[in-house]
This record gives sequence, C-alpha cells and structure tokens, in this order.
Amino acid sequence: MTTNTTKNSGSPAKTPASTPASTLPLPPAAARIAVLAGSAAALIGTFLAWTWTTSFPGDLTVTGYPGGLQTITLVGAALTLLFTLAGQGIRGLGWLIPGGTNSPVLLLSLGVLGTTGYTMGAIAEHLGGIVNLEPGAWISGIGALIAVIGALGLPSDLPADEPHTSPWQRLRHSLKAPAPPRAKTLPDWIEILIIAASFGIGLYVLAYGIEAYSELFIGFLITTIFGATALNRAGLIPRLNTLTAKHRNVTFTAAIVAAALFPFTQTDASYALIGVNILIFATVALGLNVVVGLAGLLDLGYVAFLGVGAYTAALVSGSPASTFDVHFPFWAAVLTGAAASLAFGVIIGAPTLRLRGDYLAIVTLGFGEIFRITMNNLNGSAGPDLTNGAQGIPNIPDLEILGWNLGIEHEILGFTLSRPANYYLLMLFFTAVVVLVFRRSGESRIGRAWVAIREDETAATAMGINGFRVKLIAFALGATLAGFAGTVQAHVSYSITPEQYLFANTVPPNSAFLLAAVILGGMGTISGPLIGAALLYLIPAKLQFLEDYQLLLFGLALILLMRFRPEGLVANKRAQLEYHETDQLDVPDQQKLPEGTVGASKAGA
Amino acid sequence: MTTMTTTTTTVLDASGVTMRFGGLTAVRSVDLTVNSGEIVGLIGPNGAGKTTFFNCLTGLYVPTEGKVSYKGTVLPAKPHLVTDAGIARTFQNIRLFANMTVLENVLVGRHTRTKEGLWSALLRGPGFKKAEAASHARAMELLEFIGLAHKADHLSRNLPYGEQRKLEIARALASEPGLLLLDEPTAGMNPQETRAAEELVFAIRDQGIAVLVIEHDMRFIFNLCDRVAVLVQGEKLVEGSSETVQADERVIAAYLGTPFEGAPGAAEVAEVEAAEAEAAEASADTPAEGKTP
Repeated sequence: MTTNTTKNSGSPAKTPASTPASTLPLPPAAARIAVLAGSAAALIGTFLAWTWTTSFPGDLTVTGYPGGLQTITLVGAALTLLFTLAGQGIRGLGWLIPGGTNSPVLLLSLGVLGTTGYTMGAIAEHLGGIVNLEPGAWISGIGALIAVIGALGLPSDLPADEPHTSPWQRLRHSLKAPAPPRAKTLPDWIEILIIAASFGIGLYVLAYGIEAYSELFIGFLITTIFGATALNRAGLIPRLNTLTAKHRNVTFTAAIVAAALFPFTQTDASYALIGVNILIFATVALGLNVVVGLAGLLDLGYVAFLGVGAYTAALVSGSPASTFDVHFPFWAAVLTGAAASLAFGVIIGAPTLRLRGDYLAIVTLGFGEIFRITMNNLNGSAGPDLTNGAQGIPNIPDLEILGWNLGIEHEILGFTLSRPANYYLLMLFFTAVVVLVFRRSGESRIGRAWVAIREDETAATAMGINGFRVKLIAFALGATLAGFAGTVQAHVSYSITPEQYLFANTVPPNSAFLLAAVILGGMGTISGPLIGAALLYLIPAKLQFLEDYQLLLFGLALILLMRFRPEGLVANKRAQLEYHETDQLDVPDQQKLPEGTVGASKAGA
Repeated sequence: MTTMTTTTTTVLDASGVTMRFGGLTAVRSVDLTVNSGEIVGLIGPNGAGKTTFFNCLTGLYVPTEGKVSYKGTVLPAKPHLVTDAGIARTFQNIRLFANMTVLENVLVGRHTRTKEGLWSALLRGPGFKKAEAASHARAMELLEFIGLAHKADHLSRNLPYGEQRKLEIARALASEPGLLLLDEPTAGMNPQETRAAEELVFAIRDQGIAVLVIEHDMRFIFNLCDRVAVLVQGEKLVEGSSETVQADERVIAAYLGTPFEGAPGAAEVAEVEAAEAEAAEASADTPAEGKTP
C-alpha cells in the first residue's frame, strides 16, 4: 500500500530513474508535430472528394462538404488535434486531460486511421479497385497514418516499471494512463450542467448510431470504441463518474429526459422502432441483472419470463385470436402480465433455488425451452387451445392510455410522434421504473443480503439470512420486471409467436443475448446492461450482411472482452477491484494530489 | 466480576449431541452448557470434532442425536434461525464477504435485527430510512469497538489478516447475539495480535455476551476461559477450570500420547507378526490383541 501511494505521487513528477518509453524511437517534439500535421491532413482531406460516384453510400463525392464516413473521420481528427494541443499545454484545454495525456492521442489517432482505412477499403471493395479513390481519401488516409506513427513516438504516460523490449509490450504500455486526481469541486449548478451536457452528447452519439447505415455504422463503431477508451484514459469519464455518483437523482433525471427527447429528433418511424426495441431489451437485461448481477443466480432461461408477460398481456388485451374474449385496460393487462410472470418465477424458483450454481443454470435453461415448446403445443391439436400454437397471437390491438391512442401519429409542438415513438415513450417509463426498482432494492437490507449470498452462501446463512427466501425474492422480482417489459412488447410487435423466445438467436432479446448484455455491460451496475443491450441490439441490426457469421463474431467478441475486461464495459468499483489485482485502489480518494500536480504532469509529459 | 453476583442463567445447553457421517461418528453424545457472562473454551487435538460440534450448535449440521437449546428453547436446525435466536459465530477459515466493504459486511450482520423487506426498500418510506440510519449507526459503533471505523469503505478482502478476523467478530456481534461462538479466533496471529484478541473477547464478555471459543493456543485459552472442555475423538474427555484440565493426565495423553510401558521387546514383535500372518490366512480366530491400558 505504501508503495502504491509513492508511485502515485511519484509518477506525475516523472522521476528520472524510470524514463517514460515510447513505442517508436522518435524525438517527442518531432512526434508531436507529426501527430498535428497528420491529423490536420486527415481533417482537410475530409473536405475533398473521396470517390467519384455516389453509388457508395453517403455521397463522398462533394468537395467542401464532408458527408457520411467523412464526418466521422472529421470528428476523430478534430478530437485528435484537440487532445494533442491540450497535451502541448495550450491554455484553456487542460481540463480535457486530467488523466493521461499521450495515450488518448494514440487511441484517437488509431480510431481515425481505423475509420479512414476502413472507408478506403470499403470504397475499393464496393466499386472494384483502389482506382476509385479520389485524392481526398489518400490525403486523409496518409495523414491518419502519419498521425498514428507520430502518436506512437510520443512518450508513454506512465513510467515503465521494467524495460519493455518487444514493440507489442511497449505499445500496450503506452496505452496505459494514470487515474485522474480528485477534481476540485465546482458549484453544484455547473456540475449539473456538465452532467446534462454529457447526457445530451451521449444521446446525440447514440441517435447517430441508430440512424447510421451499415458502412457508416462500422466507422461509427470504430471511432466510438477508440474515442470512448481515449476519453476514459484522458480521465474525463472517471471525472464524469464521480459527478454522476454525487448527483445521482440529477443524473437519473438527465438520462430520462435525454432519452425522452430522442423520438422528437426522429422523423423516420423505423428509428424510433429500433429505439423501443432497444429499450425493451435493455429493461429485460436490467431485470436479469437483479438475478445474475446482485444475487449471483445464473439464469439461462430468462427470456421465458418476458414471454409469459407478453403472452398474458396478449391474451387479455382483446386480440381476435385470443381464447379469452376479454379486453382489459392497459394497466390491468400490465398487472396481469406481471402477476403471471411473478407466479411463474415463484413456481420455477421454489423447487430450483435449493440448487446451487450449475444446477440452477441447467434447470432454468430447461424451463426456457419448456415454455417455448409448451406455447407451441397449446394449439388445440397437441394440447388445449390456448396460445394458437406456432402461429402465435396476431392482431394485438394498439393501446389507448387516457384517451391517447398509441397506434396513430400525434403532433406535439410541431413534432410528429409516430406509433413506435409513442411506444418508445411508454417503454421509457417502464425502464425508468425498473431502474428505480434496481437501485432501491440493491441498496437496502435485501440487496445486501443478495450480494452476501452471492459472495458466500454459507457465511450468509450463518449471519441469519434465509438464503432460499432472499434468492426466491430476487428470482421473482426479476421475473416480474421481465413480465412488465413483456406486456409492452406484445403491443409493440402486434403479434407474438413462440419463436421470439429462444435461448439463442441472431435477434435479441433471447436468453443468451440477455445474459451477454448483462455480462458485457457490467454485472451489478445500472448503466452497464443498458449500454450492453444497446450495443447487442444495434450491432446485429446494422450489420445484417454478417448474418452467417454473427454468432461466431459475437462469441469471439465475448471471449476477447472476458480476456481484457472481465468486469464488463461499465465496471462497478467492486468488480473492478475484484478482477484486477490492484493493491488498494479502493482507498476513497487520493487527497494528497492537489491541483498543482496536474500541471506538473502536463509539463513533464 | 460483579456480574457473578447476579443469578447466572444457562445460555446454551447442548445435551447428548451426536453427529455421525455414515459410519464415522465425529461427535459422540457431548453435553455442554454455557452460562451467561461466561467464557468457555473448547480444546482438543486436530480432528477431535470441535468444528463439527460448532456446526451442530449453529444448525449447519443437523445432529444425528441430541438437542441444543438456547435460553431454554430448543434450537431449530437452520443456521439463519439459530442466528435469529441469538447465537452468532465466526469461522475457522475466515468467511467474510470478500467483495463487500467493511461497513457492508457488518450491515449484513444486522440482517436478523432489521425487518425491512423488499416493499419498504422500493417505497423508501420514513421507516425504512430510520432503520437504515440506525443500522449504519450501530455498524459504525461496532467498527469503532473493534477499531476499524477508519477502514469502513475498504473492501474486506484488502484488510490484513488480523483485521479480517476482527471484522468477522464485528459482523457476528452485529446480530446482537447472547452467545458468540469463536472458531480459532487467533489462528495465524502473532503474540501481540493474540493479546489484542484476548482483550477483545474480554470486552465482549463485559457486554454481557457469553463466549464459547475453540482454540489451539493454550496460553490464550487458559488466560481467557472460566471453564474449559476437552474434546478427544468426538467425546468430551474432561471439563473444568484451567487447573483441572491442565493437570488431567488424559488430556496430556490426548495431546502428547501415552508413554510405552516398557520398550517393545522381540517377543511382542514376533507376536504381532504372527497375528498378521494369521489374519492374512483369513483365519477367524486371532489372538486377543486388545491390550486394555
């Protein structure tokens, strides 16, 4: 522990004993100029034509006006310039880099190179040969390459503990960055403004991704991944996290408001439909997070609870194909669906939660399949006629809530709200409820009991926790939350069939993707499953040409993630400490680093 | 010692506790009582069945025979109900919730003494807030008591070994027990830490909590305990004050073994070999080998 504190206070001062190493042996000044010149070239190139024909999506032929993938390169190059200049110590930009200085530049320039290189490759592939590239593309591409070479020559942010001989080791080392010191406290309203602005930007980025076509989406993904990592290394995301942790209710409101604004920015109903599907997926993933992330119960058949909710709502909502000739109002249908899911959760949970670990996973996997097959068989010939078998329940009528028909377009303040947009707003309400339920249950006596059970069941029971009971509560709560989402899903998708509730499928939500969203996003966190679900929905939806390889790539991505970031994209503090043997990072704040050292780190860099 | 003047009540009364695992009898009809305000030690060689006996007391094992009662009521064989009744324990190999903070660990210990369920957690009424605040205050008080208040936000896995032991005791105390079972609380501690642990146990006793402690450190046991019971091969050999136990030859024999009555002569060796040879021939009648001491 003592070594750690000395390392922390020592690193900004850059003790001469351990000199910062760079991946390529370039003089730092030359490297910096190369980055600046390269990024500037890449930026200027985006204003020129990249190809001669508009048949490549996004119209990259116009000179003087970047479009499509050029915009992404433009943004990436501009950010690279900005962070490089901030690293130069330009006044007014210091706030960009409280953490690492050169590692964000390297990451951003790699992102620009990736996006530009991908675009050039795609043009060549699409139009048949590199002759189709106009000079603008070459300027941007070569500029991006020079910037990366320059960035590789920048000294690393952390002094090398041991001399790294292989270039790969040096590269990995130069991607590391020190954690930002504690920020000086700003007035509350500024902090709240920062949170609101961040969520605005976040929403804009997400909306851009939702609207993007395949090629644009790949470029978007490359830049977003590198950009987000760069912001993390630069210390901006950790800073934002401390702010959001401080103003949690503001954050919650800001996120909801930002998300609620999304349909108003959309003219095309299909994007709002993507939005509502993401929300359904994310909400169910968050419900699963109670079961998996908090209580540590591996549930491989969770999508069945979504199905129970959806089927129940469909049956009582007046579909002509329903065997029940009833038409409940929406609130009653929601409660019926949730109650049915709850009942199933208890029925499945009561006998199986006495099992531990793998056994529970197998039983839930079986239950998921049983649900689907049963729904298939309740068709009047193989069993009693209840669910219309494989045809499912079609023509589920649209909802009308307080005289507001969700099935038709509405005009509000000049904005058109399409049918999916209406459902999006409805679903957003449910998502907000589930977020609140997750947060409140997690931070209570019962939530602590769940985590205790997950950590050590024997010790937990010895502390007076009725293991079976609290596990059953977690299981039933998770089932109920999925049931809520299911009731909306039934209405959004008009019809439901058993085949929507598979264990693994290329289209989310299914049990495997739900679990993946939780694990990929970050177990036990709120934003993790939301981000994980958005990614896992968008990537298959946007990259449909990958159809045959989708599950393969999905598996590969999960393996890589588990290897390099086992705590998920959004790590809660606990998981981060659990997976990475950092020695005592959980000391609340390093108070011995006041403002002065930040300047020192920049001067030294 | 003024507590002695008040009427002592029996806190724990285990009678005829027997635990068999298949053919193996790990604990054989052990009787043990612990009175209020008392520190009772349980010693014995490794494998004597001390921890098994603890597990029978706390409901982790259901004893094959016998019953355990706490303050006159027979305990159900469910660990969480035993804790609810008022018996808390620590474990021989530390079993903290490694990835929870120090404070959260103690708060988990408060589980049986708070009643807020899922609904009140979701609705967050004034009752919930009051109960949470009270739990926090009590937990911090306990951390103060064991001297870990300044590390409340640390993950428990990052604590040094001795502090983990202390934290486990604090977590057990959080359930407001009438009897605390400590399973080798000083294992792996250096003499200074052991002395501190001694002080801690005395301080706990002074709060009116009876303590039953398993330990191998004899100095610790004899300094601490009002009464010591010796368990050997699942049976209670002797029980009494430190002096009685220390003087008892059977206890010494159990720990150190009995001296041979004369060196084994050639005649005896030959006898044993003959017996083995005979046994190998699957003959039924072997010479009487049970030499009762």
